[in-house]
Amino acid sequence: MKRMIKGLLLVSVSLVMASSQLFAGELVIKGSTTVLPIAQKAAEAYMAEHPDVKISLSGGGSGNGIKAIIDGTADIGNASRFIKQKEVDLAVKKGVYPVPFRVALDAIVPVVNGKNTVANLTMAQLKEIYLGKIKDWKELGGTPGTIVVISRDSSSGTFGVWKDLVMKKERVIPRALTVPSNGGVVQAVANTPGAIGYVGLGYITAEIKAVDVEGVAGSEENTLNGSFPISRGLFMFTKGWPKGDTMAFMSFILSQKGQELVKAAGSIPLF
Amino acid sequence: MGNNATPQGETPLKRQHIDSGVKFSFLFIALFSITVLSLIMVFLFKEGLPILEHVSIKEFVLGKYWYPTDEPADFGILPLILGSLSVTLLSGLMAIPLGIMTAIYLAEIAHPKVAEFVKPIVELMASMPSVVIGFFGMVVVAPFIQKLFNIPVGLNMFNASLMLAFMAIPTICTISEDAIFSVPTALKEASFALGATHFETIFKVILPASLSGICTAVILGLSRAVGETMVVLMAAGGAAMIPGSIFDPVRPLPASIAAEMAEAPFGGEHYHALFAIGIVLFLFTFLFNLMADFISHRFRQVGEASL
Repeated sequence: MKRMIKGLLLVSVSLVMASSQLFAGELVIKGSTTVLPIAQKAAEAYMAEHPDVKISLSGGGSGNGIKAIIDGTADIGNASRFIKQKEVDLAVKKGVYPVPFRVALDAIVPVVNGKNTVANLTMAQLKEIYLGKIKDWKELGGTPGTIVVISRDSSSGTFGVWKDLVMKKERVIPRALTVPSNGGVVQAVANTPGAIGYVGLGYITAEIKAVDVEGVAGSEENTLNGSFPISRGLFMFTKGWPKGDTMAFMSFILSQKGQELVKAAGSIPLF
Repeated sequence: MGNNATPQGETPLKRQHIDSGVKFSFLFIALFSITVLSLIMVFLFKEGLPILEHVSIKEFVLGKYWYPTDEPADFGILPLILGSLSVTLLSGLMAIPLGIMTAIYLAEIAHPKVAEFVKPIVELMASMPSVVIGFFGMVVVAPFIQKLFNIPVGLNMFNASLMLAFMAIPTICTISEDAIFSVPTALKEASFALGATHFETIFKVILPASLSGICTAVILGLSRAVGETMVVLMAAGGAAMIPGSIFDPVRPLPASIAAEMAEAPFGGEHYHALFAIGIVLFLFTFLFNLMADFISHRFRQVGEASL
């Protein structure tokens, strides 16, 4: 009997120790898959500097990231958009005040084949092309030829931006080719003379041609000054003003070193 | 000891124990793999059927629009089913004649030394990883057929079918060759003795005699094409539209699952819809295999007299 009590005590003591270690420096980050690569790079670098802090990362989308902040199941919620009024209302009702941090910028640039003569398109023209209403390049002042519309899979984050900012929630025609990655879009556009696609700014190569939107070239500079229309901020939300490890992690991401990691992850750093 | 076959030190009883032990361990192993497979099937249905809470079977199978992430979403997989069927049919049109004719050549016409050299090469083709074939279709074949036929885009049904035909030919050829090769020599000799030419013998005696084996070969080859994922993901273009020509891009069932599963929120409508696509795909391949099994039993050549 005595032995058993001793054993139980030992187990409970070790459990308490283990759990206290678990809670010592644990950060839970959830949300947008677009922000995920940034969070991942930052988390790896941060954990290398602070071995006592454990960061667990998961995706699930912007909505889930913000929901996790409101429910308290995460310390940081990633979102590739700003918080919606509905979510703010829900948070306030639960007594939570989500604090947004803009950690990076994201720009999606329309691209065409290198031989294409079209150099500028308006947002309205882009929408009409993806709705299937403009079908031939001659309608846009280019060399006559069928427009081959290339899009991304409906679950891609890049597609999400395109849908929100260009399509304004209307549907891309079923005829559009879907390609599973930014690299796949580059490949398909480079091989198809009549193609139009869209990629993240970091993916533009010499094989394809970036098209100006509303007369503005897609570049880091034009994204930072806000003149390039197909761009957005990437956010991390915290529950109230961050404290402790959360604060330290946010300062790390917003530091010079953190922003270099943002660039390495393929997004546009804030400075 | 004399004639007793029992080795020294082993009583007949012990041998019986070993025997039953071996029997049970094999039974256990067989049951284990069957159980795992059936659990996967249970899982497939458990995860796929909940989609019917959101759409009816008719809307799901016959719906023309696949917009799984829209609000409100559309889960119509008719374009995907037609994409799969058309790609498989077209690849069959290319692979069946080529595969069977190669098999006839190897089994009947080629010099044994040539056949000995060519057969392993055909079998090697079967071991080509599908991702390599898909990549080849995307990077090399797509620009080529786009220029050759002067069509807007090279990633289309024709390209995917061509690549799938490459993959189906070794299966069709190898199994048909075995079937043709196993036609009894007596049949062939009888045909020659009646004055038939080699050509007549092949088409009137050997092919009918090996028909069930050839049918099995064709169905197994096509069922591989139906379930193939990587090639159609990379070369078919991925447009969820009902194809109007063989140069239209299509999005077969497996390509949709592969492209979308990673990002579909766990337990959501889209997730269940993708599993439901898996069920449809499973039914397709199941039907193919059932057909192969039926034909190989029903039309089996028994002996030499039943022709």
